Amino acid sequence: MIERDGAFHRRAAPGARMVELTVDGRAVTAPEGEPLATALAAAGILLLRRSPRAGAPRGAFCFMGVCQECAIFVDGALRQACMTPVAAGMQVELRGVP
Amino acid sequence: MKSDLIVLGGGPAGGNAALAAAAAGLSVVLFDEQPAAGGQVWRAPWAGKADPHDSPERREGDALRDALASSPVDLRFGRRVWSVGRAFRVDALGPDGNEWVEAPRLIAATGAHERVVPFPGWTLPGVIGLAAATVLLKSHAARPAGPVVVAGCGPLLAAVAAGILKAGGDVAAVVDLASARDWLVAVPHLASRPSLLAQGLGWTLKIAGRGVPVLFRHAVRRVEGAERAERVVIAPVDETGAFTGGSERSFEIGSLVVGHGLVPGGEVPRLFRAKTRFDRLRGGHVPELDADGRTSIAGLYAAGDGVGIKGAAAAVLNGTLAGLAAARDAGRLSESEWRKRAEPARTAAAGLAPFSDAIAGLMALRAGQVASVPAETVVCRCEDVTRGEIEAAAVAGATEVNQLKHFTRCGMGPCQGRMCGETAAEILARSLGVEREAVGQWTARPPLRPVPLADLLGRFDYSDIPIPKPAPL
Repeated sequence: MIERDGAFHRRAAPGARMVELTVDGRAVTAPEGEPLATALAAAGILLLRRSPRAGAPRGAFCFMGVCQECAIFVDGALRQACMTPVAAGMQVELRGVP
Repeated sequence: MKSDLIVLGGGPAGGNAALAAAAAGLSVVLFDEQPAAGGQVWRAPWAGKADPHDSPERREGDALRDALASSPVDLRFGRRVWSVGRAFRVDALGPDGNEWVEAPRLIAATGAHERVVPFPGWTLPGVIGLAAATVLLKSHAARPAGPVVVAGCGPLLAAVAAGILKAGGDVAAVVDLASARDWLVAVPHLASRPSLLAQGLGWTLKIAGRGVPVLFRHAVRRVEGAERAERVVIAPVDETGAFTGGSERSFEIGSLVVGHGLVPGGEVPRLFRAKTRFDRLRGGHVPELDADGRTSIAGLYAAGDGVGIKGAAAAVLNGTLAGLAAARDAGRLSESEWRKRAEPARTAAAGLAPFSDAIAGLMALRAGQVASVPAETVVCRCEDVTRGEIEAAAVAGATEVNQLKHFTRCGMGPCQGRMCGETAAEILARSLGVEREAVGQWTARPPLRPVPLADLLGRFDYSDIPIPKPAPL
């Protein structure tokens, strides 16, 4: 049986400041300034939202600000997670535009 | 604010265009969406990344970032350009809200994005782009969940597989549309850039040394999984990329990394209705340019992979030539001074042509790839439009891509048709039995990228709204 990783892997810099953010009520720790999409993937959160028409599961896809698949609510506003740096106390909601 | 020249994009093309123009005395404003120069190919690591690895891309990116930092170029990073208007007025959303700059000349160097030809399951979380994986590796010190299958075509396959291995990851297989022979045919041309050839061999040896199976002439048939990618099924293809009916193999995966080449962005020349042509080798519609990057619109120049896939080395030279052309057209460079600076770049660009053609050829779309997309597979990710719906629109009378958009909403979502556009156009053309050129291209309109209205408006109170005096009775 092949062991499947639950999450992406990241190596934070030795001096990186680890901060806590809240994702749908759950606490997640990540280096301050890391792109949010990577922070979520490294916490095992790959499913970010559901597509508006088919309700299909979606996650970050292009990681460069083009595909809009990672557009979720951050502190109440729609943001592309791959373009949004992690900040302490950030409130993330795993939902997109309905 | 006014300046002599606006450059859009801080990658190899835009960065060097800005440097060349500024060195000739032009005041230059450079906009880029990312926090630092380098584009995607020379992308800077974000500040908290562990032990930034040394690589040729890293060194070239650092050199560009240093050169820009010590130049007089007005650097506007972290800006999302959402509108480009006549006389050239650029509106961008930055950290302090909307800002605008006007200039009589503008160089568009907005780069390319990835093409992924759809297959069942390609929308599942855990399936990411090949270029996306390079961003994770180069900039985020991260690698996708293992085991990883790396699939698609072009030189990024080996680079990404080797990068994942180097970062300590597990690569289950590399799946290449090309045959080993395609690569051998390309190698004499690749040999015109010995440093890159050595890098490519290094990647290949790294994969071979770890015993990672490399499956040539294979492609992804489907990805299975409920809420994320769990299994990938691959099968042999012919030289057009169509499945041969040969036996399937499946791999348990944590992630699938997949990419089928690059599509030139080209939004700005399209926005101005500059003359374009379809160029399959270069990835799609490209603006018609003279040798210095002038488009058919006066004052509008374009350079880099956004005007046809040629790679970073060509982008440096084409960007430099566009910057010099802008300076010359502005009357800041004499004929002889312009010639002295432009001739070396022109000569070097010509020398690169065999190399960039070979790379572009390995990444160009193959006819059988699109023919293999099943009818029920989603093509437009934003609006969940399937191949079958695109074909139904063709039957119902859609004759070009903008009509297809009206009929089905294909390409109408927030990615603005960037992910599905080339595939949708190929499917429509095939359904109608016409050439790809005949179905046209998406009409470009502002906003060039989605921007939240609240960010554009900024914060204001009711009392901030100007109320004109009531008209006299």
